[in-house]
Amino acid sequence: MIELNVNGAVHRVDVDPATPLLYVLRNELALNGAKFGCGMGQCGACTVLVDNRPVFSCLYPVSSTAGRTVRTVEGLGTPAHPGPLQKAFVDTQAVQCGYCIAGMIVRAQALLEAVAHPTEAQIRAHMSPNLCRCGTHMRILEAIRRVASSGELHRAASKENRS
Amino acid sequence: MNRWKRRLLVSGALLLMGAGVFAVIAWRPSLPAVASPDIAITPALVEQGRRVVALGDCAVCHSPPGQPAFSGGLGLKTPFGVIYTTNITPDVSTGIGTWSLAAFVRAMRHGVSRDGQLLYPAFPYIHYTKVADEDLRAAYAYLMTRAPVRAAAPDNDLPLPLRFRPALAFWNLLYLRPGAVPATDASPRARGKYLVDGLGHCSSCHTALGIIGGESGKYLGGGTVDGWHAPALVSLRDAPHPWTVGQLSEYLKTGIASEHGAAAGPMRPVTDNLREVEPDDVMAIATYLMSIQSDRPPAVQAQGPAADASQLARGRATFEASCAICHGERSPMATHVGRPPLQASSALMGPTPQNAILTVLQGIPWPDRPEPTAYMPAFGGILTDEQVTDLVVYLRSTTRQPAWHDVAGMVRKARKESSDD
Repeated sequence: MIELNVNGAVHRVDVDPATPLLYVLRNELALNGAKFGCGMGQCGACTVLVDNRPVFSCLYPVSSTAGRTVRTVEGLGTPAHPGPLQKAFVDTQAVQCGYCIAGMIVRAQALLEAVAHPTEAQIRAHMSPNLCRCGTHMRILEAIRRVASSGELHRAASKENRS
Repeated sequence: MNRWKRRLLVSGALLLMGAGVFAVIAWRPSLPAVASPDIAITPALVEQGRRVVALGDCAVCHSPPGQPAFSGGLGLKTPFGVIYTTNITPDVSTGIGTWSLAAFVRAMRHGVSRDGQLLYPAFPYIHYTKVADEDLRAAYAYLMTRAPVRAAAPDNDLPLPLRFRPALAFWNLLYLRPGAVPATDASPRARGKYLVDGLGHCSSCHTALGIIGGESGKYLGGGTVDGWHAPALVSLRDAPHPWTVGQLSEYLKTGIASEHGAAAGPMRPVTDNLREVEPDDVMAIATYLMSIQSDRPPAVQAQGPAADASQLARGRATFEASCAICHGERSPMATHVGRPPLQASSALMGPTPQNAILTVLQGIPWPDRPEPTAYMPAFGGILTDEQVTDLVVYLRSTTRQPAWHDVAGMVRKARKESSDD
């Protein structure tokens, strides 16, 4: 049995320790936000946060989560109460097919929690591992900029760390 | 005159003489500033200069990722402290915009800045000194026609005694043999030697450094750079698949060798540069290197402790989760792209686990140019030290080489050194 902490809840799953985290999230925990894209760490559709850092969950052995906390797009808000980035992605209509978006939002979340007001160059460099085949990058960037200008995710994360 | 007075006088005279000698070896005049390049610059000369600058790998240190070309500012982590590379664009205030050809040649040959300051030997002038006049002239023409960028290099982070640059004069007495060494003939081997010893400054990394940072190991007998093992270039025939001239040349141009794996770490920018030069020059480098191979029987690698079955099982499990999608036997990379199996990789076959560990931790960065080449995600943020250790021990066990010593210790060391990046 492997114990893992996802979005604040502890789960016990009976899987091979070599199973990629992505498969556990989707197949065992029914958290289907993170997507299987390329399966080789080249597209970012599977991005989740482990200890607040973005990782490719398709290459992440589930056994590596021991003692760490996992967050997925589901942990950032709900349809009724979307998180700031989720709301900004809706408001800017940043989604075309939507396949890459969970990974995009999660990766952006990591940046905005760590850096209150990142520069355009910082945003672009940080987001570069994640690909969008539809080409909605300009809207994705606009959504991230909106949240970056308020600095609210950074404030919330700092508060969380203090408490 | 009593004894004490005489002693005082003698030691005073000796001190004065010592100061005089020191001034002679350490003091260099400032050379006059020029308003514009003081040679006739033609497009042909600039094009020749582009190739010289690529062969000299100038951009590796002077064009850090994300910064304008040749604007410097890259921090070089040396055992003595961090030295920042300088701006070599023709900017007047922060670059080399006021440098004459004579000042440029003096810097390349003697390690002296235009203002007379001695430069740190992280700048490989002990090799560039061997470059022919016409190549230095071409490099000057190329650099002086780049876009000027205003960017001052950060202050070096060195302990106090090393900030005293005149002391470098003693280092130069030991390690600098100034003056061009012209090629004796036009054969590929002679051309290759000229490029390897001079512009290419291969031995800066591939020869072991002594305690004061001078090349003191066997020439091209292997060294260490940024924690990476720079393999010996004189025992290339001892590899499980002996290198050939063709393979070496192909590797230097593309960063990928069919039976040895991909260039990673500090070698990667070198192969990126060699894409930009005449293929004949790369072939010459390969020809020369394969001509200096040692005839001695290969050194037997030390046998480390055998891994226990549970460690191998854990390593294998990590391999299946994180690596097999690209490196497994039936992965598309192996069956469709024709990537060599990991067991052929120099990183796994070599005498130390450094390169295997660092490749796992740092990956191979996404190329900034569209040519097909290798990419690998970094696993430093994914795998724990124990997992990296188990993985590397497991991978080594899949080769015919003896087990490595103290993989766990080297993983911790590598993690510590790359954590402040």
